Amino acid sequence: MDIRKVKKLIELLEESNISEIEIQEGEESVRISRHPNGGAWQPAPVAQPWATAPAQAPASAPAAAAAEPAVEAGPSYQGNAILSPMVGTFYRSPAPGAKTFVEIGSTVKKGDTVCIVEAMKMMNQIEADRDGVIEAVLVEDGEPVEFDQPLVVIS
Amino acid sequence: MLDKVLIANRGEIALRILRACKELGIKTVAVHSTADRELMHVRLADEAVCIGPASSGQSYLNIPSLISAAEVTDASAIHPGYGFLSENADFAEQVERSGFTFIGPRAETIRLMGDKVSAIEAMKKAGVPTVPGSDGPLGDDEGELLATARRIGYPVIIKAAAGGGGRGMRVVHTEGHLLSAITVTRTEAHSAFGDGTVYMEKFLEKPRHVEVQVLADGKGNAIHLYDRDCSLQRRHQKVLEEAPAPGLDPDARARVLESCREACITIGYRGAGTFEFLYEDGEFFFIEMNTRVQVEHPVTEMVTGVDIVREQLRIASGLPLSISQEQVELNGHAFECRINAEDARTFMPSPGKVTLYHPPGGLGVRMDSHVYTGYTVPPHYDSLIGKLITWGVDRETALTRMRNALDELLVEGIKTNTELHKDLVRDGYFQQGGVNIHYLEKKLGL
Repeated sequence: MDIRKVKKLIELLEESNISEIEIQEGEESVRISRHPNGGAWQPAPVAQPWATAPAQAPASAPAAAAAEPAVEAGPSYQGNAILSPMVGTFYRSPAPGAKTFVEIGSTVKKGDTVCIVEAMKMMNQIEADRDGVIEAVLVEDGEPVEFDQPLVVIS
Repeated sequence: MLDKVLIANRGEIALRILRACKELGIKTVAVHSTADRELMHVRLADEAVCIGPASSGQSYLNIPSLISAAEVTDASAIHPGYGFLSENADFAEQVERSGFTFIGPRAETIRLMGDKVSAIEAMKKAGVPTVPGSDGPLGDDEGELLATARRIGYPVIIKAAAGGGGRGMRVVHTEGHLLSAITVTRTEAHSAFGDGTVYMEKFLEKPRHVEVQVLADGKGNAIHLYDRDCSLQRRHQKVLEEAPAPGLDPDARARVLESCREACITIGYRGAGTFEFLYEDGEFFFIEMNTRVQVEHPVTEMVTGVDIVREQLRIASGLPLSISQEQVELNGHAFECRINAEDARTFMPSPGKVTLYHPPGGLGVRMDSHVYTGYTVPPHYDSLIGKLITWGVDRETALTRMRNALDELLVEGIKTNTELHKDLVRDGYFQQGGVNIHYLEKKLGL
């Protein structure tokens, strides 16, 4: 599943008045809906992998010009984002079913593990670079991440 | 057919690979460094993954990052392009071991051809003509070294076995300089390639660089796609290429083409490859084999009608070649000018923002470039920004077309070597055809 494409959909939704968007491509589909009270919303859990969007020429689609997920941390945050040092899969807990390292609101000290990025069967612990409070977790558990992608925000 | 290909490269060749994938309905994953987010193929690809910071070592040469990107995108295969890791046998091996298809030959073939000594030995056994030489690595016995050079006949050239592409070489004209030259080349080779093994060859004074394109399906079938002449070089970097090579001895040529095809079968070659030769006085001498798609592959495509990258994807998918040797026909002549972001006279690199880009067009004109108006050429990578290719029914028509196309080409905001190319395509000797590999440097007074 292409997280970059999903993030672009989310941004499109956010910039418009639409409350729900569903895309179907063959047998695969994704639906994203806004939180009913209009406050901070979360994307609906994506049930199936989403197939490719039609290829866009560089000059045309606004989606192509939308901010790269690795550059923006989404809506503006107070704190600083911790960026992924590698390509891999993001995990919130040390093992499946175990308690997550942090939640929104957790207090962390510099050096505390906040998440894991797994690459080629090796678990790399990502540490907080400062003391603070977890303001946001930007990636879903088990999702792929790229180099420099913002993972968590510490304020 | 492969389901999804990760393109482990950048620039114009990444765009070339993307185009071939799209035509075959193969999904594309564009991996890129932080400096390459705005590459054209990144914007066109189905998926894109940032694999590292700008430095090549931490991005395009970063094997764990590339394989991890293939894992998270669930790619089926990796196309290495040219340069970077395309001829790195360890990479090919790790790719395959991680469960992906490496679009290229098997790792052991890459290793065989990467060691110039073993490559020459394999070619000799396969019946490909080689340069008279030491037939193996040089030892330490001074008497033997002097005798070998005498047997070959001066001038000789000392070459690093782990080198290639013009690196790690030294010419010796007289016996008095032989032993010190060997020692120095050994030291250089060890520090540059981690391997101080050297060998000796006869140094040809005025050869042309003629190479043969091959395709092999890895199942015992191979074809050649005739030859190219890449003699216009500066510091061992090709500047202007053409296909076919003009004015070759027809018998020697027919024999060499056939021997390349047979050698592919003998060594169990798989994929696209190029046999490089020095051609002098009607004779061919094998120097090295490139086990990847090459920059200048378009000139062969223009005169044979064969899509070389498409064939690579087909071969990697386990499909047979699209054509047989009997079906390959040469039609017309083609040239390619490598357009670099550099000063046409000083060759100083000229990265920066391209404020206006307008490629030429028309019948028989092909521009392979990732550049667009507003694109910024980053300083971290090589300076190739595009390849201008022309085709014509004969050499003269193709060359005239190139002259006109170069006049149409507009690249503003950065410097390019377009003026150098305009000069070369009007050069009297080049127009006659058959200049040797020293010609360009002599012409430039280098």
